[in-house]
Amino acid sequence: MSPAHYGRCLLGVVEREGLRFINQRGRFVAALVRPLVWLLIFATGFHFVLGVSIIPPYRTYVPYEVYIAPGLIGMIQLFQGMQSSLSMVYDREMGSMRTLLVSPLPRWYLLVAKLLAGVIVSVLQAYVFLAIAWFWEIEPPAIGYLAVLPALILSGMMLGALGLLLSSAIRQLENFAGVMNFVIFPMFFASSALYPLWRVQEASLPLYYICSLNPFTHAVELIRFALYGQLDWVSAAAVVAALLVFMALAIYGYDPGRGMMLRRAAAE
Amino acid sequence: MTEADASLSAKPPEPAAAPRPSAEEAALAVEELSHAFGAREVLRQVSFTVYSGGFTVLLGLNGAGKTTLFSLVTRLYDHRTGAIRIFGAEIKQRPSEALARIGVVFQQPTLDLDLTLAQNLRYHAALHGLPRRLAAERIASEVERVGLSDRLGDKVRQLSGGQRRRVEIARALLHRPRLLLLDEPTVGLDIASRQFLLDHVRRLCREDGLAVLWATHLIDEVDPEGEVIVLHQGRILAQGPVGEVVQAAGASSMRAAFDALTRGAVQ
Repeated sequence: MSPAHYGRCLLGVVEREGLRFINQRGRFVAALVRPLVWLLIFATGFHFVLGVSIIPPYRTYVPYEVYIAPGLIGMIQLFQGMQSSLSMVYDREMGSMRTLLVSPLPRWYLLVAKLLAGVIVSVLQAYVFLAIAWFWEIEPPAIGYLAVLPALILSGMMLGALGLLLSSAIRQLENFAGVMNFVIFPMFFASSALYPLWRVQEASLPLYYICSLNPFTHAVELIRFALYGQLDWVSAAAVVAALLVFMALAIYGYDPGRGMMLRRAAAE
Repeated sequence: MTEADASLSAKPPEPAAAPRPSAEEAALAVEELSHAFGAREVLRQVSFTVYSGGFTVLLGLNGAGKTTLFSLVTRLYDHRTGAIRIFGAEIKQRPSEALARIGVVFQQPTLDLDLTLAQNLRYHAALHGLPRRLAAERIASEVERVGLSDRLGDKVRQLSGGQRRRVEIARALLHRPRLLLLDEPTVGLDIASRQFLLDHVRRLCREDGLAVLWATHLIDEVDPEGEVIVLHQGRILAQGPVGEVVQAAGASSMRAAFDALTRGAVQ
């Protein structure tokens, strides 16, 4: 297997993911409407209820909409990560997964290619969201739009790897509602996406600890700081660590000698 | 296992019976393969060989273990006993080499309905590392062979069931494998589509020297001129040229032979 083979394979997987995304316009619209509903309705409603004091990276008081924008970008990536990975294990799509796995490149590489393809789509979604959000006065500095790119790639990979891991480990996740209830909502609400952690700390110490350990919190903070041209080292390290752990476990789960393929077959 | 079965499945391996290519040319060699899911034994001591240019039908009722066998041969999961060799390459030890030589048509549909025929095929070509130009040439020629050249730009959703299967066969051949595996490829197809597929794949065997393993539960898909492997409850009850299998079972037709063999196994 030559390096060119690896490159062509990656391009092919990315192209397919992109084409699928373009073709499923419903999915594209849904992916954008979801955070926009939060931004335009939820954030407006809570505008006067939740005050946010001056905390880094912000230098002034910021409206609530501005505070939750990075959290909503995280939400886009969380949904995309779960969808692109988990869709593979649903019966409707199981076939395309088989096609991928019987191709000759090593399985870990195929999974990484699949992960990167999903990340590219989620980064595009995030930028479209940022472009629309600009009209609602979410106007980070110009440098922020550039600095957020590596943050988006990293957080997208971490969340995509989590999706891959779940798809290999949990057979019961037969529909997306289950994923919403047991993964997306807990991760989203127990994070700094909607409220700063110091507020959570005042309300409940245990919840504060949970939020601090939640990798999604670190993804959101990484994006938040990057949008203002800053690097939050702690969050960056936490996201990288979570990415490595999730990906290693996912590759283990997809190993032909153990893991999900065997269990799926056993259950049939 | 009854005496009769034992004598049938213990028949000497094929090379002694008929003039055969040498063992190196075995496209697929399965040896002493057993597989269990927990306590449930799905394959027991399965051994057989498929040669280049041979059309071998793996005949068995639903639940006989055909799909498990296909999953093991395509390394969806690993086998734990026995050996599976694709042109000499053990699938567990040299998976890339082995998989590069296999084309597979799975039982469940695996095309992306929202993509066009050409996009689906290009994706497969990319997975197998074909350069774009070569991929385009092969796509054109394979699609022409299955008579769908004018549909390249159509979404797969617009194709009929039979046409989709033809696309899957064209796709499986893009990387020029020398062994083609098909798991119940005709399920749900009308008679004309079934016949087209059978004729097409038999022609591939004859003209291109492709080795084919065709799994089915439909006895009339057995090629009277070809080979058959009768798999029942995870065991091979008989294998060899169809004529010999029918004769050895003391039957007049493949259907009668299959009935006689499987009735014996139940007792």
